[in-house]
Amino acid sequence: MTEYLAVLIFIVAGIGIVLFTFFFSKLIRPHNPYAEKDLNYECAEDPQGSSWVQFNNRFYIFGLIFVIFDVEAIFLFPWAVAFGQLGLYALVEMVIFILILMFGLFYAWKKGALKWV
Amino acid sequence: MLEMILITAVKVFMVLSAVLTACAYSTYLERKVVAHMQHRVGPLYAGPYGLLQPLADAVKLAFKEDLVPDNVERVTYALAPVASFVPAILIFAVVPFSNGFTWFGYDIPGVISDLNIGVLYIFAMTSLGVYGIVLAGWSSPSKYSMMGAIRSSAQMISYEISYGLSIIGILIIGNTLSLTEIVAQQAAESWVFFGNWYIVKQPLGFLLYITCAIAETNRAPFDLPEAESELVGGYHTEYSSMRFSMFFIAEYAYMLGVAAVGATLFLGGWNGPFLPPVIWFLIKVFLFMFLYIWLRATFPRFRYDQLMQFGWKVLFPLAIANTMGTAVWVVLSGQ
Amino acid sequence: MTLDYAIFLISAAVAVFGATMMIMQRNPVASVLYLILSLVAQAVVYVQLGALFLGAILIVVYAGAILVLFLFVIMLLNLRSNPELSASLPPLGWFTKVAVPVLMVVELYFVVDRVIWPPVPTGIVGKNPDFGSVETVATMMFTDYMYPLQLTGVLLLVAVVGAVVIARRESAEPRKTTASPDNRNEQPIDTVAG
Repeated sequence: MTEYLAVLIFIVAGIGIVLFTFFFSKLIRPHNPYAEKDLNYECAEDPQGSSWVQFNNRFYIFGLIFVIFDVEAIFLFPWAVAFGQLGLYALVEMVIFILILMFGLFYAWKKGALKWV
Repeated sequence: MLEMILITAVKVFMVLSAVLTACAYSTYLERKVVAHMQHRVGPLYAGPYGLLQPLADAVKLAFKEDLVPDNVERVTYALAPVASFVPAILIFAVVPFSNGFTWFGYDIPGVISDLNIGVLYIFAMTSLGVYGIVLAGWSSPSKYSMMGAIRSSAQMISYEISYGLSIIGILIIGNTLSLTEIVAQQAAESWVFFGNWYIVKQPLGFLLYITCAIAETNRAPFDLPEAESELVGGYHTEYSSMRFSMFFIAEYAYMLGVAAVGATLFLGGWNGPFLPPVIWFLIKVFLFMFLYIWLRATFPRFRYDQLMQFGWKVLFPLAIANTMGTAVWVVLSGQ
Repeated sequence: MTLDYAIFLISAAVAVFGATMMIMQRNPVASVLYLILSLVAQAVVYVQLGALFLGAILIVVYAGAILVLFLFVIMLLNLRSNPELSASLPPLGWFTKVAVPVLMVVELYFVVDRVIWPPVPTGIVGKNPDFGSVETVATMMFTDYMYPLQLTGVLLLVAVVGAVVIARRESAEPRKTTASPDNRNEQPIDTVAG
């Protein structure tokens, strides 16, 4: 458990270093905002419309597919670790599991969901 | 207990300062190497050979005014640089940089924390890295930020799975998630000191790792999110001063972290003859960093549709094939 | 009070705080962030209990994947913390705010009280130091729980098919949403954004 405590200390130190840097730079930097300076950047023009642009739905589809295969990937980690003990049996099992999912990838591929146009 | 906390605190301090210094000098290295590859000379005036340039940059950025533009979502805007930096730096918590050493009578292991789920921990940290970018884009009221953020996050999640899968081959052979044990497995057995390095047993895995690592860290030729010619600065367009530099440091820290993990997993970590272990580790990380810069100076940028297709239709099936191939090989070789 | 106990108390408190704040936010992005906070705290609790793999999964799959998808949806629909959206929701009365949680606690009590729990297999929970480690989980997953694992694969396959079907439907009728009157001056940047 001490190993996890060390990670916790590292996390605290990591966050601390960011906060310290921000605080330190706040002390020394100038602060002189005015309306023109605070304009949003748009190639030195006055910004037109809101920043919201219509995104391609594909981003969402790729997000969905990512979640699914991320779950698959996370199953592979324990499988790989226990592979030495389980051997051939685990291999056959995982081949079936992967084949099921690869069918999914193949389906998405053939239906053009992975195509980015 | 208190002793252990103190020792850890000292080690954390040392590692953090080393990483931050390395981040600063990675920018110098990058500018110098790219400059020489393009027949220029790079930074030259601050100090001998321009060696004080990173320091000058840091001072300059610290003295810049921090502009918070209109219409930002304030809380997430302030949170984004932190969310970008912290997961990147946290990778170093489990990377073994040396074998143990003795200090004032204490045996100190050469790693901050030898987690027995080290590889999963790294995978978790890389999966959290996407938040800084999404939050930065979401809270900035600029079209460039928004597009850079959504592009970048889609890219990172597309390559993240292959990144994780490229390591699985090592886990199948090594049967452990602890990075310290993985390094120990790569110790030299004969005069061929690199004979046990996992790059020998996992050449395809190594290539996949490098490719996905570059894409994960949004570096050229996969640097679509901050394609300067199209998107200005990408997700950090509306950031300035220290917050901007935090994104910058985060990017380099992430590169260094991924390089350190790659050196540990594939290049034998601190193993090596003659030289002290720490030096070997640093040499390997440096090689990785040089490769990053070399690739940047060599390749043109991918097109976005090519990038996504490459990730899903080439890298992902290859990573799966590598995993299965390794498993079959391990079973056939009768271990 | 030992350090272990203190860490447990803090992380448990943070988990509950995050979950509570998550449902009380108007801003959906803030909601997601509080949920991440809660999940990280829960992961700490899992790790403390020795369930290392569960803790790691919680971060990788929930915080690192599912919530990223949530953020994608929020960005896609541009759900900013706008007052109109919250004004359109009918305010909850104090009665509902108190009665529903109380009802749920009572319900939970009866469930926990009445259900006949199967006996805990000896040797898995308890003094076994490897309980919850990745190796133990893997060995059980690939021997005793083989069929559920394969069923998970089928479930994921169904999810892929579902995602593809959504994709096809949306590409069949493109730009349905771009012509709404209040964002007329934004051009659809399909080709630029991807």
